Amino acid sequence: MPGLFLDKIEKRFGGVVAVRDVTLEVPHGRLVCFLGPSGCGKTTLLRMIAGLERPSRGRILLDGEDITDQPAHRRRFGMVFQSLALFPHLTVAENIAYSLRIRNVPAAERRRRSEELLELVRLPGYGGRGVSQLSGGQRQRVAIARALAIEPRLFLLDEPLSALDAKLREEMQLELRLLQQRLGITTILVTHDQREAMTMADWIVVMGTDNRVHQTGTPLEIYRRPADAFVAGFIGTSNLLPGRLGEDGRVTVGRVTLRVEALPAGALPGGAVTLSVRPEEIPVLPGETAGENHLPGRVTFVRDVGSSVEIHLDCGGMAIVSASTPKNRPALRQGDAATAVLPPAACVVLAA
Amino acid sequence: MIAERPQGALARLTLLYPAAVLLVFFVIPFGIMLAVSFFRREPGGFYLVEFSLANYGNLFTALFARVLAFSLLISAFCALLCVAAGFPFTYLLTRMPRRRQVVWLVILVSVLSLSAVIVAFAWSIMLSQTAGVSNLFVRLGLLDRPQSWSPGFWALTCGMCYVAFPYTVLVLYPPLARLDPHLPEAARTLGASPLVTFFTVIVGSLRSAIVAALVMVFAFNLGTYLIPQILGKPQHWTLSVLITDEAIYRSNLPLAAAMAVFFMGVSLALVGMAMLGGRRRPGGAA
Repeated sequence: MPGLFLDKIEKRFGGVVAVRDVTLEVPHGRLVCFLGPSGCGKTTLLRMIAGLERPSRGRILLDGEDITDQPAHRRRFGMVFQSLALFPHLTVAENIAYSLRIRNVPAAERRRRSEELLELVRLPGYGGRGVSQLSGGQRQRVAIARALAIEPRLFLLDEPLSALDAKLREEMQLELRLLQQRLGITTILVTHDQREAMTMADWIVVMGTDNRVHQTGTPLEIYRRPADAFVAGFIGTSNLLPGRLGEDGRVTVGRVTLRVEALPAGALPGGAVTLSVRPEEIPVLPGETAGENHLPGRVTFVRDVGSSVEIHLDCGGMAIVSASTPKNRPALRQGDAATAVLPPAACVVLAA
Repeated sequence: MIAERPQGALARLTLLYPAAVLLVFFVIPFGIMLAVSFFRREPGGFYLVEFSLANYGNLFTALFARVLAFSLLISAFCALLCVAAGFPFTYLLTRMPRRRQVVWLVILVSVLSLSAVIVAFAWSIMLSQTAGVSNLFVRLGLLDRPQSWSPGFWALTCGMCYVAFPYTVLVLYPPLARLDPHLPEAARTLGASPLVTFFTVIVGSLRSAIVAALVMVFAFNLGTYLIPQILGKPQHWTLSVLITDEAIYRSNLPLAAAMAVFFMGVSLALVGMAMLGGRRRPGGAA
């Protein structure tokens, strides 16, 4: 089996379960993201893959070879830590060439490799500097170059961008993703930032506070078809409406009955469900109009941040948020009567 | 960063306090000692207030040079042993769960509370021919007959290290506890075995802390006075013993003061050199 394969991995610390029964595959050359809130076990899972933590149960296989008991220093997995963990007593070049020095690679070859890697992370000429003389973004690049110096079989990133400010973080996301694509290196990224995950990943693994995997899929699959209410709420923003499934396959939410296009497998008529509708899928019409899936209500707030407009509505006691571009901005003000339309195709029915 | 200038009478008072402590307990006593070191000895009496360089001239005897060299060497040697043993010990201690660390630290501090007299006599009994550990080795078949290992150089080394070890651990504990646990992990992922990680990353990144510990334990050892007299032969007596001898038994206070001043000067010079050597960092060159 090519790539990395996790087989029923579980980790306990004393009586506390940190990772619960994870089985998944990371194909060659792809970037897979472990996404979840803090405490969901995503970092522990990454540390088990790196060999820094031993699974309590299950196996880790790389290209079919069982590496569960292989010590970290034999795995040749490059890792970038959240704290970066650059060696403070070494220069930038010495940090990058650390893995080469302990393998007794000759000095000339070490210099050539570290210059090459500095070029790759766009820091040419910085080799002689001390780590403390670098900015946050530069340190980030050095940590990446150091992890790449071992020519890793697997590249592991533990929230590597969390220390950077928002603007630099967005730039580094693109840069890191382009670098990964260029090198074709199999990568696992751990993050709690769904935007970062959607920007960078080929494949996202969503983990929840119950330390389980809730859904795996491509970013858009997960965004459009969340598997449950947790995923729908965690990835982007969503209107989550509690409802009941009727005999006719319609969903009753509050006093309105809505038509939906798809139902989850095994949904029973009469059962409680959660309806998830993304704000950008909801058009808002001025005034109270009747029609299929129309929810009449009143505008409670308009958040206009220039690049996008959010309209908050109170539709018979239900709070609904609609988002649109400034071009399509409906001419509505706080207090106006308005109707939210929930298109059947945009209504994702989730088990409650 | 600019420190705020203290203002008002109260602020001046807070500065006065450390200055007064320094003056009363360090500057004045040292001043008296320095002054006495230039006075003339009065045989049968105390000293005469008369400027003279004779005491410093009388310092340079073969005995003084030998004892000075021995004092510096044994202090440095024991500091080296203590840090070599104490550094890995403290590192493993800081990796333990918090509660177990406290137990170990309490044990170490209780060792510090033992007086040097008790420590020295305990070692001299342990290393003696009649009741010492050599009897145990005879029982185990490692030795033919019990041996006397005290007094002697190694007995003195044992005693001095025993007293200095807890102190070494306490000096090394704060920097080691602050070490980013991800540093050794990063080294592991880069292919370093645990042993290579220990020497290249843990020792490497704490170089200045190690030098500081060496200097402090060295200075601590310099003051050893009782242990050499109990666990050492006369050739193992340190300068502190010689100074006491001169001051109390021969009533030559000026010569004793000159010895003490000279000893302090040499020690300070060595400490300063070590600190300068420790500050140079390969990564810090701008």
